Amino acid sequence: MDLLQQLTQYAFSGLSTGAIYALIGLGFAIIYNATGIINFAQGEFVMLGGMLTYFFQTVVKFPAVPAMLLAVMTATALGAAFERLTIRPLKRPTPLSLVIITIGGSIFIRGISMLIWGKDTHSLPPFSGSEPLTLAGATIMPQHLWIFGITLMVIAANKFFFYFTISGKAMRACSFNRTAASLVGIDVRKMVLLSFAISSAMGAMAGIIIAPLTMTSYDVGVMLGLKGFCAAIIGGMSSGFGTVLGGLLLGLLESFGAGLISSGYKDAIAFIILLLILFIRPQGLFSKAQTERV
Amino acid sequence: MKRSIITCSMFLLTLSWSALCSAGQPIKIGALFSVTGPPSFLGEPERNAAQMVADSINKAGGIKGRPLQLITYDTQGDATKAVQLANKLIKDDKVVAIIGPSTTGETMAVMPVVEKAGIPLISCSAGRKITDPVNKWVFKTAQNDSLAVAKIYEYLQKKKLSKVALLTVSDGFGSSGREQLKAQAAAFGIQVVYDETYGPKDTDMTAQLTKIRGTQAQTLICWGTNPGPAVVARNAKQLGLKMPLFMSHGVSSKKFIDLAGDAAEGIFIPSGKVIVADVLPASDHQKKWLISFVKEYQKLYKVEGDHFAGHAWDAMMILKAALEKGDDTPAAIAANLEKTREFHGIGGSFTYSASDHAGLTKDAFVLVEIKNKDWVLVK
Repeated sequence: MDLLQQLTQYAFSGLSTGAIYALIGLGFAIIYNATGIINFAQGEFVMLGGMLTYFFQTVVKFPAVPAMLLAVMTATALGAAFERLTIRPLKRPTPLSLVIITIGGSIFIRGISMLIWGKDTHSLPPFSGSEPLTLAGATIMPQHLWIFGITLMVIAANKFFFYFTISGKAMRACSFNRTAASLVGIDVRKMVLLSFAISSAMGAMAGIIIAPLTMTSYDVGVMLGLKGFCAAIIGGMSSGFGTVLGGLLLGLLESFGAGLISSGYKDAIAFIILLLILFIRPQGLFSKAQTERV
Repeated sequence: MKRSIITCSMFLLTLSWSALCSAGQPIKIGALFSVTGPPSFLGEPERNAAQMVADSINKAGGIKGRPLQLITYDTQGDATKAVQLANKLIKDDKVVAIIGPSTTGETMAVMPVVEKAGIPLISCSAGRKITDPVNKWVFKTAQNDSLAVAKIYEYLQKKKLSKVALLTVSDGFGSSGREQLKAQAAAFGIQVVYDETYGPKDTDMTAQLTKIRGTQAQTLICWGTNPGPAVVARNAKQLGLKMPLFMSHGVSSKKFIDLAGDAAEGIFIPSGKVIVADVLPASDHQKKWLISFVKEYQKLYKVEGDHFAGHAWDAMMILKAALEKGDDTPAAIAANLEKTREFHGIGGSFTYSASDHAGLTKDAFVLVEIKNKDWVLVK
């Protein structure tokens, strides 16, 4: 086992975890850009994706694909309901009250899930086989390829939606200036609702594709949510490649840190980066400094 | 005026009534389990088993004709709450003995309280510190980590595998196991060549395992509770790690096999005897109890009884035996608990003495291997 081979393995492990962080981070970024809210319940939708699939597939005994589709649809509906019931009724939203609401929402979702599905960890069957593949001396699971593929697809779809469709453009308009957007006839409320729906669908998708590898339980959302948030911060809360690069970077640093320094510092690495970025480059690593938004 | 006379006489009547009834008064036993909170995987089965024993004792006519009243509180895995609830049990409920709590941290916090009040405590947690040094009032039923470690090392020594890699979870269970794994290594001629940890919520351990693959290690010992070890098993399979893999008794349940899937094949686990009850030799003293316990628990709670439920079952049965031997004053109970000899329970055969309040030897564990998604005893 030479060093080069070890390094390749670290890189592959890092990239595959990073892709997951990126996908979750994008969910944060989309809502932030449309509404200015940092939705701390994002991690819970990742959990819901995994747990709902487990529920539909193992308990209700649907075949895999319909179970996943149903899980994404249910999570999307829950995300929309979350916005409708907790965010919209707020008379005078302040950033602080919104953050507290989303944190409260996440605790609520976690608690209900624990009551419904219990505290056990569950595993899901992989999409296509569990025989590891060898690539340049390193091994990855077929599931990792699914993760890369689906992440790329989601990013592409995202790009398309935000730049080439009316609703996407309207959402971007909301993110630049809400008042101006509503003056030109964009229904800002509808856009906010849509952003919650899209990001919970993405979160659920992330939860589904990682569950066969990492397993799922009612409380997986917390850590994944924080890591996704970290990725979004590194990427400067952009809903494009910034967050994706942020996620990949975070995954790589964690993997190399655990391999070359000590695994004890794995989570510390993520949070030190988060703090450093917030102190030094609050606009994110990849974006140019810009004037204050909102 | 008239009304106050009536009230007074009613009050007197109630007093004399309760005095009359004192002959059949229940024996009050307190129980502290973390039924919710992070250690709920311990507390919930423990509560179930304790209630199951109490109910069956009462159905059979109680202890010396007196029913057993089990008062259970949920500590939520929180040491501060455990102390408050222990005080409540002692001062308000006036219990004569307490079983639980579920975790070592909580037990350590509760110990000064029961010692001060002079109430016997039978803990269901595993930490060695609980009974070493011996506290007159404190006993425990969960097996020491050190016994599980000894079981693994004994096997490694026999197979002449002397270089081990350790991968332990960074919580109380993992660090206590890690301490023991390192402390006992020299005595078995074993050398620890790699020693790393992982976080309880980590979802990918390939980095650590890649590093282990590059060391001289001949075996890997992973110490944790679900789901971490299942991830380790899957990642080890992904990397094609050839060395034998040992897990701790923290994952000796069917759940682990479910989670790890194919990757569980060939993994060794030191385990209490519950999960292999049906394949134990007939000469095993525990076999009869184990089988009846598993059956009864399954009938009531629809899942198989596990080790954790077993800890509470042992605590209740040992307490019952002590109550049958003598008075129900706390001091007499503590003295009789110490006289427990060869009680063949779920966790092992308990023999308490003035210098040993843990009562078990490494025979409480058997080494099992996972083959075809089931347990096989390793001779």
